[in-house]
Amino acid sequence: MEIIDILLAASFWEAAIRIATPLIFGVLGALICERAGVLNLGIEGIFTAGAMAGWMAVWLGAGLWGGVLVAALAGAFFGLIHAILTVPLGLSQHVSGIGVTLLATSLSYFTYRTALPDVSSPPRIEPFRPLDIPFLSDLPFIGQALFSQTAMTMLALVLVFVTGWVLYRTPLGLAIRAVGDNPSSVEAQGLSVYGLRIGAVVVGSSLMALGGAFLTMSAFDAFFFGMINGRGWVCIALTVFASWRPGKALIGALLFGAFDAFQVRLQTEVGAFLPSQVFLMMPYILSIIALIVVARKAEYPKALLVPWFKGQR
Amino acid sequence: MSSAAHTSPETSQDLLLSLAGVTKRFGALVANDAIDLTVHKGEIVALLGENGAGKTTLMNILFGHYVADEGTVTVASRDGNLEQLEPGAPQAALDAGIGMVHQHFTLAENLTGLDNIVLGTEPIFRLRRDRSTARAKLGELMAGSGLNVDLDQPVYKLTVGEKQRVEILKALYRDARLLVLDEPTAVLTPQEADSLFAILRKLAANGLAVIIIAHKLAEVLAVSHRIAVLRGGAKVGEMLTSDADHKSIAELMVGREVPASRRTPREPGKPVITLRDVTIDRGDSRRSLHGMNITAREGEILGIAGVSGNGQAALAQLIAGLDKPDSGTVEIFGETVTKFDAHTFAQNGIARIPEDRHHDGMVGSMTVAENIAIEDVRSPEYQKLGFLDFDAIRKRAEHAISDYDVRCPGPDAPARLLSGGNIQKLILARVLEKSPKLILANQPSRGLDVGAQSEVHRRLLEARQGGAAVILISEDLDELLTISDQIAVIHAGHITPAMPTDSIDRSELGLMMAGQKAATNANHASTATNPGETA
Repeated sequence: MEIIDILLAASFWEAAIRIATPLIFGVLGALICERAGVLNLGIEGIFTAGAMAGWMAVWLGAGLWGGVLVAALAGAFFGLIHAILTVPLGLSQHVSGIGVTLLATSLSYFTYRTALPDVSSPPRIEPFRPLDIPFLSDLPFIGQALFSQTAMTMLALVLVFVTGWVLYRTPLGLAIRAVGDNPSSVEAQGLSVYGLRIGAVVVGSSLMALGGAFLTMSAFDAFFFGMINGRGWVCIALTVFASWRPGKALIGALLFGAFDAFQVRLQTEVGAFLPSQVFLMMPYILSIIALIVVARKAEYPKALLVPWFKGQR
Repeated sequence: MSSAAHTSPETSQDLLLSLAGVTKRFGALVANDAIDLTVHKGEIVALLGENGAGKTTLMNILFGHYVADEGTVTVASRDGNLEQLEPGAPQAALDAGIGMVHQHFTLAENLTGLDNIVLGTEPIFRLRRDRSTARAKLGELMAGSGLNVDLDQPVYKLTVGEKQRVEILKALYRDARLLVLDEPTAVLTPQEADSLFAILRKLAANGLAVIIIAHKLAEVLAVSHRIAVLRGGAKVGEMLTSDADHKSIAELMVGREVPASRRTPREPGKPVITLRDVTIDRGDSRRSLHGMNITAREGEILGIAGVSGNGQAALAQLIAGLDKPDSGTVEIFGETVTKFDAHTFAQNGIARIPEDRHHDGMVGSMTVAENIAIEDVRSPEYQKLGFLDFDAIRKRAEHAISDYDVRCPGPDAPARLLSGGNIQKLILARVLEKSPKLILANQPSRGLDVGAQSEVHRRLLEARQGGAAVILISEDLDELLTISDQIAVIHAGHITPAMPTDSIDRSELGLMMAGQKAATNANHASTATNPGETA
């Protein structure tokens, strides 16, 4: 009975969508990279860099959207490092990605500590406020669940549509899907394999950084160590779950958000019997089960992880 | 001169492409040595040569993938002026109307045929794609050339022949005036090859110039107007196809006389391996066999004809002991096999020449000597006090290198440095030196040039003469008809009864490979096809 009450509450769905937002950014970013044939394990570090850079820009006096831009640029920078190492140089995408994660994470912490050597609790900024859209925000249920989110959540939802449109409706998207399947097909038609792949990784990495920025500028109002807490890795798994499709990526992220929101509420209901750690595990275990069900049939982009060199075929 | 323009493609104003003195060196190796070549409108030129003769290098220069050290590439522009092609710029070659169909198709399999063709032809930063204009233009092209394909299917669903048509359409869609085809028939059934040639003739009649890179002589003689032969990087001959004959071109290509492979009659001995009603169901016709019955006898070559991907891989795995049947039995020398593993099968004298010689036939990072000994490291012959005896291994390798003419720097060179033909010789040496009872030869001469191919055939025939059974899985009809004693056709995991080679009609074999005709009786007494289905 209580479970149904939880699922029917607008506040539950509001929380689910809020928790899903950084994942939506992250999965979209990861799937753009992977559609072009590059796995980007730098995602966890790029989340951290985005969270740190966006927040710090606002704290130093930039506007909120200025902070979003700074976060995106930070993501693009680390994406460019990963792209140069893996695309023209053809290094292992796993090794380079983990390297980028370590570099971006430590560089973010380093910058934070250098700028704020003495503080014990991080300074707070004025984050994005929940929207108050006339009429829409007043609708029953959906008004609270969807239209009272912040502008960044709306941006994430719009980006799902934009990414889908670009991938499936434009010449650029066609080229990206082709370069992730058989780079030679793109080269034979006179397009640049390196250009497409580097571009995709840079743009995808900026989106990942927005996921991080959402945490410090919308969900919370400050930067903490360890706040990314594996969200990047969850996005890598959700990309497979989504079969590299933006629409399914949205569903996957929402599902994870719902699991997470659900376990918090369940803790208060039946927390007396079970230790809280069991509930914390729940979204991850359910994600693994969902992956097993879906990903066994997953159709990987065929050139994923395969470096391509000019003049070889 | 101009009055003859429409009858002879040789007039200078129809000149489309001219290569003059093209030279390309890689270190000490001269890959192309002052090559001259001209192609005219409406002409089909065959570029012949063995592997390593310089064909691919020459085409890579034409396409701007390499820059020539000396010489020029001149192309007639669309308004008729001769202009030098910018070296090292693939886009310039595309713009000049040169289209290429690579041996390994450059298609993205997850996209439809239409998407593959349109890819890269419209400005890339655009909010929408314009498919209807493309569709209209392609409709005209297909109607005019006979290149019919369903363009809305994802490419992975197309047959090899259809994929090739998409590749040709891709070039024509970009208004190609010169089409280069690299080994276009290597992957086609004879019927598909014939229809490709018909299309090429039609396109040439409409003014397209075509260069075919090939090493199969028969089809070159059938389709081309002119033949240019390369050997060792230099052009060694050029002639009109009407003046050419099979034997002289082969000798020109190889540089010496090519011994024709010939079977000598021989009574087969007792069965070595028998498959009875073997079924392996893996839910995918490439990897499944259905009620398969075959017998390979001593002193006999059993040819398995079929287009690749029809169950040959499953059959090869089974005979090598790498898989076991779901139902049915396998007998070796009359005894039913109960234990299916590669070691047991090898102990029983079954040797294999794998299909993918680079991947399954050798370990590239190990030396030539190690690769030769790799299957016998357990034998005491190559051990000393339980350790490998490298002197013995090296000695055997030296013998193998000289007996089988493996061209390599020596027994201690890494095997990955060897060319495809020499890797195959290395594998032959490893397999045949053990006097196997059964040789499973899976596509043993695919991709090899005339010289290496005839060497493979000679060795297999020699083994047959010595009493070995050979199962020859091949797509090459010439090969099958030349050296097999019997031929069975595999299609979608089903196999026909074996038929004596002498009673087989070539075109019928082609139809059976395409699955359009059921097996005929070995004596041709009855045919089991629908009347409407015969071609």
